[in-house]
Amino acid sequence: MKLQRMNRRALSLGALAVSGALALTACGSDDTGSSSGSSSSATAAAGSIKCDDAKGQLLADGSSAQKNAIDAWVKNFTQACSGVQVNYKGSGSGAGVTAFTQGQVAFAGSDSALKPDAVAASKSVCTGGQGIDLPMVAGPIAVAFNVSGVDNLTLDAATIAKIFDGKITNWNDAAIAKLNPGAKLPDLKIQPYHRSDESGTTDNFTKYLIAATPDNWKYSGGKAWQAKGGQAAAGSSGVAQGVKQTNGAIGYMELSYAKDGLGTVAVNTGASAPVKPSSDGATKAVAAAQVVGTGSDLSLKLDYNTKAEGAYPLTLVTYEIACDKGNKAATLPATKAFLRYIASEDGQGILSGIDYAPIPDAIIAKVRTTIEGLS
Amino acid sequence: MDISTQNTDTDDTPPPTAPAAPPPVSAEQKRAARGATRPGDRIFLGLSRGSGIFLLVIMAAIAVFLTYRASLAISKDDANFLTTFEWNTSLVPPKFGIAVLAFGTVVSSVIAMVIAVPIAVAIALFITHYAPRRLSGPVAYVIDLLAAVPSIVYGLWGALVLVPHMDGLFGWLNDYLGWTGVFSWEKGAPRSMLTVGVLLAVMILPVITNVSREVFRQVPQMHEEAALALGATRWEVIRMSVLPFGRSGVISASMLGLGRALGETMAVATVLSPDFDIHASLLNPGGGTFAQNIASKFNEATEFGRDALIASGLVLFVITLLVNGAARMIIARRKEYSGANA
Repeated sequence: MKLQRMNRRALSLGALAVSGALALTACGSDDTGSSSGSSSSATAAAGSIKCDDAKGQLLADGSSAQKNAIDAWVKNFTQACSGVQVNYKGSGSGAGVTAFTQGQVAFAGSDSALKPDAVAASKSVCTGGQGIDLPMVAGPIAVAFNVSGVDNLTLDAATIAKIFDGKITNWNDAAIAKLNPGAKLPDLKIQPYHRSDESGTTDNFTKYLIAATPDNWKYSGGKAWQAKGGQAAAGSSGVAQGVKQTNGAIGYMELSYAKDGLGTVAVNTGASAPVKPSSDGATKAVAAAQVVGTGSDLSLKLDYNTKAEGAYPLTLVTYEIACDKGNKAATLPATKAFLRYIASEDGQGILSGIDYAPIPDAIIAKVRTTIEGLS
Repeated sequence: MDISTQNTDTDDTPPPTAPAAPPPVSAEQKRAARGATRPGDRIFLGLSRGSGIFLLVIMAAIAVFLTYRASLAISKDDANFLTTFEWNTSLVPPKFGIAVLAFGTVVSSVIAMVIAVPIAVAIALFITHYAPRRLSGPVAYVIDLLAAVPSIVYGLWGALVLVPHMDGLFGWLNDYLGWTGVFSWEKGAPRSMLTVGVLLAVMILPVITNVSREVFRQVPQMHEEAALALGATRWEVIRMSVLPFGRSGVISASMLGLGRALGETMAVATVLSPDFDIHASLLNPGGGTFAQNIASKFNEATEFGRDALIASGLVLFVITLLVNGAARMIIARRKEYSGANA
């Protein structure tokens, strides 16, 4: 109890500091705006954002996987609506959902849909309503490798599972060679890297393995890594760094981390050609998803076995979580305005440029309708 | 008058859970206070007693908080909390245990102590007894500065510099001592308990060195001169007068270092490749420590997961108390050597 109270005080202090800083920068951007009022891009971005009567402080917390997308959105949004300050702390999906069910934030970001007990807990915050999931950002999870002499690598779900489970231990294994005819695979030990911290990326990666190859991945899944063996590192950045340092390493991470000398695995999904991770491929995979949420909840169930051409099935969908009814009156206009912007064509349009993927049209249309109905 | 009422106020503040100061001592202190005629004495007495009680209250409050939150989690644990090699609080029913963490915490700290204590004592002796004055000043100053480097910086240094450079040492250990099993290595990335131990050793070195140096400086000049007069060499002086005199001080210094090693969080989380298993080899990746596990799991943990992590923190709290208690006992037994403790 004491801890929570202190947290809240620290939060409000932090909020004060941030809002002060933002208020100052807002003044600055106002000036430049009036002097170059006809600058095309700024007005275009500002023109499509409806601020309505949104103002004040909008606190949010949650998934670090979508932090970069939120940062880009906040930049555009606060340029257009200088009366609103959005403060998104990317402290993790679990922390975000907890903050939401305790009423500390207006909305939360999460890599997985609300669990039933979290929905129950949200009812005390959303008077007359409950927390709902709004899919906003998708992102491909890349399987990146560092093997000297190998630039292109194709794997399927079964070999990925066997590699990360320590069943395939050498790069010249017959199963890998069969998927990569003509490639010069070295006689080198495979060092699979996974996350040491609990993570939505791990959750989604193992969800894929469970759905796509249940015979080879018999673990129950979840945010904590369960298979034995291999190397572990903290954060996607830690995994990327570990793979970079080690010849023969392979690891999973968000696409934006798979750079600088790391190759990404093309996944053989059964489509005519293996699929490399890309923003486009992730959107195609999400298009095959089903909405499984009830009522206004729009949580998705991905089809991990999709054979659609170009669809990259190893994809993570992150949600914004807000109340369907009973949002706080003080923050409702700002929440609606911000969510409306990020679900808009402009908002979704910036995603592929920063290694995320937009939500397909059919689903985002439902999201837009739901946002208009928030109260 | 005001002051005396304040005193009684502070006596009333601790809740019943706090181990109150034993009555004979406080009565004695009161008598001492009454004996003191000047207000300054009484103010100082009140301040220092208040601080002492305040500390006990804080400790008790931490213990109560940890125990309460821990009991929430442990009561729902489907596996044995003490012996399970798994940490999965999101399973239904949840399964988690601290066996691996306790093992890893103790092992990494012991490795750190084995490496750091002899080196720290040697540095302290060098500074106080061998180095020319012109050199000893700057060396001592640099070591003081090392103690102030934040642990995440050590963690980054460990991940970027130490880990890539451990290959050679690990290969050598594997070639010559691999047959023991403790030093066998499967040629993976060297992000193991031994690497963590080496990193922790570097981190606790300045603390142990600084305190030992101060202790060695306190050795009475007469002892050393007497030994020299009897014809002792410099090493014999150190062995016969400096080390026995400083022993309890060095133990205290080591305990300060051990405390840091036991609780080190970010550096371990950055360098170690953890898993929930106990490995015979110190060179293969795996294992984990309490603080590292809490740092890795806290962000994504649910409310229940956090309670479970707090339960593991409680075990670390208990281990730290036990270690400190043991150290106090060792020091008490060696009291006869120490002029400083008398």
